[in-house]
Amino acid sequence: MNEILWLLLIFGIKAIIIISFVMLCAAAFVYLERKISAVIQNRIGPNRVGPFGLLQPFADVLKLFLKEDIVPKNANRFYHSLAPIITLGVAFSVFAIIPFASYLKIGDRVIHMGIAPNINIGFLFVLAMTSVGVYGITLAGWSSNNKYSLLGGLRSAAQMISYELAMGLAVISILLMSQDLTLTGIVEAQKGLKWNIFLQPLAFIIFLTSSFAETNRSPFDLPEAEPELVGGYNTEYSGMKFGMFFLAEYANMAAASAIISLLFLGGWNFPFIYEWLGFANGSVELVLVQLLVFLAKMLFMVFFFIWTRWSIPRFRYDQLMNLGWKILLPLGLLNILVTGIILMYI
Amino acid sequence: MLTDFGFILLYFIIGFVFVGIGILTAAVLRPSHPNPIKNSTYECGEEPMGGAWIKFNIRFYVLALIFLLFDVEVVFLLPWAVVYKQLGWFAFIEMIVFVVILLAGLAYVWAKGDLSWERPRPYIPSLRDLVVPKKD
Amino acid sequence: MSLTFLIFGISAVLAIASGIVTISTKNPITSAISLVFHFFMLVGLYLTLQAQFVAAIQVLVYAGAIMVLVVFVIMLLNVGDEQKLKDKMSFKSILAICFAIIMGVQFFIIFNVVKTTNIKLADHASEMGSVQMIGKELFTNYIFPFEAISLLLLTAIVGAVVISKRKLLSNEELSLNKIED
Repeated sequence: MNEILWLLLIFGIKAIIIISFVMLCAAAFVYLERKISAVIQNRIGPNRVGPFGLLQPFADVLKLFLKEDIVPKNANRFYHSLAPIITLGVAFSVFAIIPFASYLKIGDRVIHMGIAPNINIGFLFVLAMTSVGVYGITLAGWSSNNKYSLLGGLRSAAQMISYELAMGLAVISILLMSQDLTLTGIVEAQKGLKWNIFLQPLAFIIFLTSSFAETNRSPFDLPEAEPELVGGYNTEYSGMKFGMFFLAEYANMAAASAIISLLFLGGWNFPFIYEWLGFANGSVELVLVQLLVFLAKMLFMVFFFIWTRWSIPRFRYDQLMNLGWKILLPLGLLNILVTGIILMYI
Repeated sequence: MLTDFGFILLYFIIGFVFVGIGILTAAVLRPSHPNPIKNSTYECGEEPMGGAWIKFNIRFYVLALIFLLFDVEVVFLLPWAVVYKQLGWFAFIEMIVFVVILLAGLAYVWAKGDLSWERPRPYIPSLRDLVVPKKD
Repeated sequence: MSLTFLIFGISAVLAIASGIVTISTKNPITSAISLVFHFFMLVGLYLTLQAQFVAAIQVLVYAGAIMVLVVFVIMLLNVGDEQKLKDKMSFKSILAICFAIIMGVQFFIIFNVVKTTNIKLADHASEMGSVQMIGKELFTNYIFPFEAISLLLLTAIVGAVVISKRKLLSNEELSLNKIED
């Protein structure tokens, strides 16, 4: 009984830290996005609320809390409210299996740095959760009973399912390398400088492209293409419900960056640092260094996401579909074939 | 093993409770002054013309169907990838047969044009059009 | 063990409840979404049986692909609320009642058997449900079914395209006929 209480206590601490981390990430990334876009476009960006405008995202959240919630009278009220909950819930859920560092050892107790990073199905969990994410957006589009919303929702759903395939195929070549489905195992297989970005550059490009599409970020932000669809699936959303879609977008971006850095950038691996520092396995110092390395990589990926958004124009819909089905899908299969043959001769 | 999934379940519950608290707080704090014009469907300031729940292009459906079939392929590739090194050439050839048969399906769909979406064909006026008026 | 039973109980009850909602609701979207919920409850059942791979596939394929297809169909065809069925005592409903009775008898038998025999998970259920084990079994002992699946999928792809094409053609013909009239 004592054991169960201990486990629950550790779990509770981890869950609270991770959820607040995700929220903080979302807020910080909103600020980063605005600041970086300002730099790119030669503007100043937010600078009024707090030093350097650092408190701007919190002011935004407060504003969203106080805004009226407008539901169109022809909308389906229940699904109109359910859709943002699904979207944000799915965005949170991916963090359940992300390992932030290897493990901490206190006495005889081994504490993994994540909710459940060692479940057997590993990456399948991420694939499954992203496939459920389609519902949030589709339902939002349908329930609003607005033409722009419906078109945005449908487009988005078609886009997400198309790129899910390419994403799955890219991951399979990674699995061929690691022979392990768990994210911890995939990271361990990239020890030193054996990062998958060097060993599997094609898979990296495919995965990166499809994660842009999965998170509906530019250049694949067709679901909310402003000139044609107003706001896309969230045209009829206001107040906190809109805020939840907004947070979910940035939480998804955080999740995608975390997963890319785990799968391709070696997670917390970094050449020479650990040998040079020489910390023992499971010590607090080691975990802290690993955490820093991982977060730095994740932050770099987030920067890359933002950088791309403000540099590249949006794709056209037929180009998007062609890229997903006619280029990335065959390329993914080819990559698996080549990886398979090479692995046989090693 | 089940404990890990139990923790994931608990995490889900905490996550949804967290989201629910957000919604409830907003519901308490925000004002509510609905009126018929505010609650009408947004259509760029125009009066909305009919509802949005209309019949749609069937190709979205065909696309979802093709996706479903290839999703099953990915699902079969996963356990194959994980045990690949243990099974060797035999499993490799098996998978090639499997994938090639499905690729025939992809080629069929491709050839039938279900993957090609309509391209916009913008009409770009040239100087010639201005000089010589077109006869329709 | 009791915790496992608790999870089993909750997910079983919710699965049945959402199944009933699926077939009894008039709104097709509600029906589809409650079916998705039902699949999630099935995941709970699979996990109590230690079948992790199948549980993940249940979400990935059923909830993430098949139900997306169904939701697409509902949205594309814009199926409205179901009208109340006029025939109250038709052949179908009599058949349904018969099947309900047969199912009741089946449940009665199953529960009586459960009382007498001791049912528990196999010793290495946890390994059996893992992705590695399924991979090994699938690519050694079950090659033929596996390859047969690919043919089945191919047939499905071709079928989908053919059916969608025929529908479009017949629509065109219909409109042509109308113009001629």
